[in-house]
Amino acid sequence: MSTYKLEVANLTKSFYKNGSETTAVKDTSFRVKEGEFISIIGPSGCGKSTLFNIIAGLMLPSAGEVKADGNNIIDKPGHVGYMLQKDMLLPWRTILDNIILGMEVRGIPRKQAVAKAMPLIEKYGLEGFDKHYPHELSGGMRQRAALLRTLLYDRDILLLDEPFGALDAQTRLSMQTWLLQIWQDFRKTILFVTHDIDEAIYLSDNIFVFSGRPGYIKTNIKVDLPRPRIPEMMTTDRFSGLKSKLMELLSEEREHRIAG
Amino acid sequence: MEAANGKVYGVHPKKTKDKPVKVYDESAKERKVKIGVIAGRLIVAVLLFIVWEVFTRVGWLDPYFWSRPSQIAQTTVQQIVNGELLTDIGYTSASTILGFVLGTVVGSSLGLSFWWSRSFAGISEPYLIILNAMPKLALAPVLVILFGIGFTSKVILAFLMTVVVATLSAYSGVKNVDPDMEKLMYSLGAKRRQVFTKVVVPSSMPWMISSLRVNIALALAGAIVGEFIASRHGVGRMVIYAGTILDINLVWVGVFVLSILSMFMYWVVVILEKWLSKRLVIIHTQ
Repeated sequence: MSTYKLEVANLTKSFYKNGSETTAVKDTSFRVKEGEFISIIGPSGCGKSTLFNIIAGLMLPSAGEVKADGNNIIDKPGHVGYMLQKDMLLPWRTILDNIILGMEVRGIPRKQAVAKAMPLIEKYGLEGFDKHYPHELSGGMRQRAALLRTLLYDRDILLLDEPFGALDAQTRLSMQTWLLQIWQDFRKTILFVTHDIDEAIYLSDNIFVFSGRPGYIKTNIKVDLPRPRIPEMMTTDRFSGLKSKLMELLSEEREHRIAG
Repeated sequence: MEAANGKVYGVHPKKTKDKPVKVYDESAKERKVKIGVIAGRLIVAVLLFIVWEVFTRVGWLDPYFWSRPSQIAQTTVQQIVNGELLTDIGYTSASTILGFVLGTVVGSSLGLSFWWSRSFAGISEPYLIILNAMPKLALAPVLVILFGIGFTSKVILAFLMTVVVATLSAYSGVKNVDPDMEKLMYSLGAKRRQVFTKVVVPSSMPWMISSLRVNIALALAGAIVGEFIASRHGVGRMVIYAGTILDINLVWVGVFVLSILSMFMYWVVVILEKWLSKRLVIIHTQ
């Protein structure tokens, strides 16, 4: 029996495109403990989304293993909560009906689903918006709704692909704090893709630095900041130390790509 | 337009503690414009009829070809009184609506079904494009021979006129479904059937609805041409009949009745569209 919530072993994914082979993810292995918050950071096009698609069971890997609680989840969608870059709220559904979509798909009766969703809507900053339509909400609110939908899908592992990428800095910070609150309340295991170094440090227990094309984990950086995190920590020396280390790693990666 | 007391035309001054704030009543302005437009339209129509009436009386237009509004009105009343006109309107409307509904339902279902199989869609597409380009009215004689001079041939013609547009519209809708929405559904463990009902159908709705306006006019054209070829009833038959016996008044009655019928059906469809769009909360700007 494995003690890890999620295990990825020797994962490789190659595509044939225009007759030539491209490797998006190469021989990637990592393990995530239950309740850990992991950020994945790296240059764009480093195969992070491919990795997520494989873990979510939406794409077949060329080689390797993906296990959740020790069970193979390759080609088995529905074992993890997956939040895409865009909020992907269905515009013809109210916020409430969007949030319960995952439960609806699983065949949970609407009454029961609503009873489960309403307290969360109220608690996590969407009170009074349940009957609104997505286009009536701000970007931050929409992301909240999308995350609550993922959360209510009720899976232990959440994959979040740059959820706050399109938000302005102010909203982003409040969303990060909001996400940490949810993570603490629900003790989910989170994999979080981001381009933002501050965001990665502020949120995570561990940061996987990805190398680009073919993507693999170059370094694993442990964030030894105490919990609960507060925004003031962003100005501490320890935070800056981690930040400069990450910046160095990422700029190496960029130079490497330009040279290559 | 500013008067001495600071009052501006169309502006309601609203006092706050220190400064008067000008609040423009935009809706009142818009209402005025709207009333003006409607009045203008009516004036144009009335003028046209007056010019028509006067010209045919003075002799600048030959009343033998052009008839004249007063005579057309007279003939209309006659036709209503003897009951024929209403029967004809009912007949034409019924075949139009039936063909339209059948065409929309069958076409939309077919278009949506293309989501299920890309090869099915790929095989069908060129044939649909050919069918769409083909002047289906040219088939009218064949259809009348095949299905007789009765009601069926008219419904089938109206159906043929609408079904292709409905299919292509629904297919465009299907092709425009955001693949990330499908991906989201699959990530939630949805079956294909669920993706279809919860994403593909609602997402294609705006496309399907937008074809309704075009299709109602096409259906009517189909029904009328069917009646032109051979029929016992219908406004189209009335026009052709009037033409052969050189009853120009009756021809004009037919033309007006068909115009009004067409406008009325269009208007009903517009209301239907609005109602559907509202109910389904379709956001076109996405």
